[in-house]
Amino acid sequence: MLVIHCPYCGPRPEPEFAHGGQAHIARPHDPANTTDEELLQFLYLRENPRGLFRERWRHARGCGRFFNAIRDTNTDFFVTTYKVGERPALPGGAQ
Amino acid sequence: MKARTTAGGRVDRSKKVRFTFDGRAYEGLAGDTLASALLANGVHLTGRSFKYHRPRGIVGSGSEEPNALITVIRDEARKTPNLRATQIEIYDGLIAESQNRWPSLEFDLGAINSLFSPMLPAGFYNKTFMWPRSWWYKVYEPNIRAAAGLGKAPSLPDPDRYAQQFAHCEVLVVGAGPAGLAAALSAANSGARVVLCDEQAEMGGSLLSERNANIDGLSAADWVARTLETLRANPRVRLLARTTAFGYFPHNNIGLVERITDHLESLPAHAPRERLWQVRATEVVLATGGIERPLIFPGNDRPGVLLASAARTYANRYGVRVGERVAVLAGCDAAFEAAVDLSAAGSTIAIIADARPVGSVDGPGFAAAKSAGLRILPSATALAVSGKLRVTGVQLGIVGQDGKVVVGETIACDTIVTSGGFTPSVHLHSQSRGKLAYDDQLGAFVPAATAERTRSAGFSRGVSGLTAALNDGATAGADAAVASGHACTALQFSAQALDVGLAGSPGALPQLAGPIPPAKAFVDFQNDVTTRDLALAQREGFQSIEHIKRYTTTGMATDQGKTSGLNALGIVADASNRRLADVGLTTYRMPYTPVTFGVFAGPARGDQFDPVRRTPSHDWAVARGGVFEDVGNWKRTRYFPVGNEDMHAAVDRECLGVRNSVGMFDASTLGKIEVVGKDAAEFLNRFYVNNWSNLGVNRSRYGILCRDDGFVYDDGVIVRLAEDRFHVTTTTGGAARVFNMMEDYIQTEWRDLSVWITSTSEQWSVVAVQGPKARDVLAKLVTDIDLSAAALPHMGVARGHIAGIPTILMRVSFTGELGFEVNVPAEYGADLWEAIYAAGQEFNITPYGTEAMHVLRAEKGYIIVGQDTDGTLTPDDAGVAWAIGKTKHDFVGKRGMDRAALKAAGRKQLVGLLTEDPKVVLEEGAQVVLAPNQSIPFEMVGHVTSSYYSANLGRSIAMAVVAGGRSKMDQTIYVAMPGGDIPVKVVSTVFYDPQGARLNV
Repeated sequence: MLVIHCPYCGPRPEPEFAHGGQAHIARPHDPANTTDEELLQFLYLRENPRGLFRERWRHARGCGRFFNAIRDTNTDFFVTTYKVGERPALPGGAQ
Repeated sequence: MKARTTAGGRVDRSKKVRFTFDGRAYEGLAGDTLASALLANGVHLTGRSFKYHRPRGIVGSGSEEPNALITVIRDEARKTPNLRATQIEIYDGLIAESQNRWPSLEFDLGAINSLFSPMLPAGFYNKTFMWPRSWWYKVYEPNIRAAAGLGKAPSLPDPDRYAQQFAHCEVLVVGAGPAGLAAALSAANSGARVVLCDEQAEMGGSLLSERNANIDGLSAADWVARTLETLRANPRVRLLARTTAFGYFPHNNIGLVERITDHLESLPAHAPRERLWQVRATEVVLATGGIERPLIFPGNDRPGVLLASAARTYANRYGVRVGERVAVLAGCDAAFEAAVDLSAAGSTIAIIADARPVGSVDGPGFAAAKSAGLRILPSATALAVSGKLRVTGVQLGIVGQDGKVVVGETIACDTIVTSGGFTPSVHLHSQSRGKLAYDDQLGAFVPAATAERTRSAGFSRGVSGLTAALNDGATAGADAAVASGHACTALQFSAQALDVGLAGSPGALPQLAGPIPPAKAFVDFQNDVTTRDLALAQREGFQSIEHIKRYTTTGMATDQGKTSGLNALGIVADASNRRLADVGLTTYRMPYTPVTFGVFAGPARGDQFDPVRRTPSHDWAVARGGVFEDVGNWKRTRYFPVGNEDMHAAVDRECLGVRNSVGMFDASTLGKIEVVGKDAAEFLNRFYVNNWSNLGVNRSRYGILCRDDGFVYDDGVIVRLAEDRFHVTTTTGGAARVFNMMEDYIQTEWRDLSVWITSTSEQWSVVAVQGPKARDVLAKLVTDIDLSAAALPHMGVARGHIAGIPTILMRVSFTGELGFEVNVPAEYGADLWEAIYAAGQEFNITPYGTEAMHVLRAEKGYIIVGQDTDGTLTPDDAGVAWAIGKTKHDFVGKRGMDRAALKAAGRKQLVGLLTEDPKVVLEEGAQVVLAPNQSIPFEMVGHVTSSYYSANLGRSIAMAVVAGGRSKMDQTIYVAMPGGDIPVKVVSTVFYDPQGARLNV
């Protein structure tokens, strides 16, 4: 059972949270004017990296808020969590 | 108790304890384990082995015990199998039984397996029982399982209660031996919250087995007592004895299981049997000590062959001689110390046969044995053991300088104790994903890099010698306290002890090297794996230790290879000419020792397994014999039988009652979400496919929700209560996921919108009143609402009071009749139900259940999302495209459903089906085909989604999704069934009142 740091509530146990898939998949601003290729990217294509991964979580059984996290899929451990609208750099400086 | 010493040990010689083993009465002492009490009575034979049914005796003295697996019986429901005799604390009246033998432990018919052992090598299941294939499940597997096995699980439900508790601390110390106690003392001095747990009944670990050791001027026993007193007096320290740390989970979440009542003679009424502790520790100290390895030689599994440290524990801690005439086989200095202590307890040491070469052995143990006058034979090995149910002698061999073994003398003895060196217990460190490194000097793996905020101390990281172990523990405890934010300096200890070396060479004794080792030299006692099996696996090409493990099953028994794992690695390394470190390790997994299912289930069983949601009409329905069905967690009334009606009769009557007069239905389970804010309408515009801007206050509209991929996700009626306030209803099962999806879009996509949502599913009770007389019934109950068609038209909403209860009265219909859904605050739901039922009496009102509700809506072609749709239907496929707001530039799913494939011809579309024979009711889920009698595989073009008998129409009706269905109107297609294809005509989904005349009255 991981301890997850909700950016709004602080550290809480994993059962309070729901995983929300890859982060920073923005819905197109004007879906009507997207190509099929862009729509495919938005709807279906997701990364599954070994290593650092930006993903969405929701403090579903707590404050109910969505937030984002950087997690290392090698170790299962979180590097950081951050609020919607933010985007801290990965360890090593990469965006 | 013929093998009991006259004095000493930690048993209470004034308190006799009577128990039975396999029906025979024995006597032990308070403080005994079942193992020590049996040994005190001269009983070694305690079990039969898993595969060959070989007689087996007690090997160890703790949780590492591989052989002595016992069933303890309290009553018919309390039969606990596979307990280790070495951990069972005896109480007056204890009933213990051996396992895996028939008819008796001494004479076991299953032992015939041993004669066939050449036919039962590693992988014999895979090789022997291959053919015929169908026999595996019916013949081979059941018989193998019956013959090979452990104890039997009780057949009655577990009557005991199990507790679960979360705990937090700064420092968790696992293991209360010298290092663990020193760590806890140091850490507790800093003011940190400390939890100290130990799997044994008494804390003290190896100190409880010491005879002459002193710490800071106190005997080991007195030092333990003083230390525990100090810790107990500290309110920030929690001591948990009989508590096994069985699993190391992420972020220092350690699972402990505390055994609370198993050792008690009578069960206290209010205590749980066990407690699961989920400890979240800032820092962890693992002081788990080590486990001795047996030496491997032919016959090393005979009853009477024990680990040297176990024999020493029985002598020093329990006052029990494991034998009168003992041969000691030494692969480690610890064997000397055991020999000296066994001699002091009154056993005759027949010989100490040291497997190591002449001149290589020196040290305090050797010196102590010499000065005790014990005979030591170097460069010795064991070639064979005599005796079947108990050792009677050992044939020694002498290893020459050329490595050749010559037959040596035969030693008569009733017991053999062996020591192959000690293995640090790195299980928890390894479970926490810490790395291990091979220590050549010690001959074992020790912890290396950690992955958690944890550290190992004492022998669990290879530190031996009592002073060193104590100070290593103290340092680790202080380090953990400092790391958790407390100022702390390590305590210093000074001890006098024999401090024998604990190193050894994992593997088999020398004569066992070579391609075909002698038979019956056991590596893994519990799974009956021999050196031959390991050699065979390698000859057959298995190289990876993970493969060898699975092929031979070494280390896969309930003891998880505690005594066998490293020896198996040593044998594999020798045979493949690899360094042991290069062979690698198999993964350590939780649990460290077996854990009951009960403690994991805790209170989540029976009624408390899953919450039950009841509707306001629940008690009323129960009183009238309503039949319920589970819909999610809801108990919903399926139908209300009258007299001896079966479901069919009841549903027919209920359906006719609604259309001919009036019916009432508990619709409280509908999901409800209140959407509020100045942008509430804009949010719904973007979210649902419909247009909401033009919906007036106190009006409602049927809404369709899609996902962004364009497929139907949910539906429901949405009411505009005010300019900035909407009452959204969802399907019963969809409430939570629709709410979550709304939150997702509000929080992450449309943060520009000022809108808030609140779940109100539990706040509103809803009674649907449907039928031509619905208005007449309600008219008797409302005073401040105009129910006329002009004032409250279809999809109109009024607010006022009904039976004195404030209400939102919606004129909506899921039956196609004049209908109302009466919403009242949930606490008035039952009152409302009763009031409407009473008011409806003069109209013969019919309470109806979910089954009639389904039939009535199907007669009108109203879909149920999740039944008539399956996540692959667009609104157009489902025939509800009319709901889409045509002028909207965007909404969730608009672009998705605009994809070519989602608009292509030939998509599955929802249509009605009528069977040629009106009495035939199709099966839901049945496949639709275009032509009859096709050969398999026939081309499937859709499936039946809803199918009922309609009493109102006097015939069966069905809906189905069919490829290109709407272009096939009035055509005959077929529904494929095992009894033959059923011809059906494609029709509109609206079977009843297609003009909707009954709705708008």
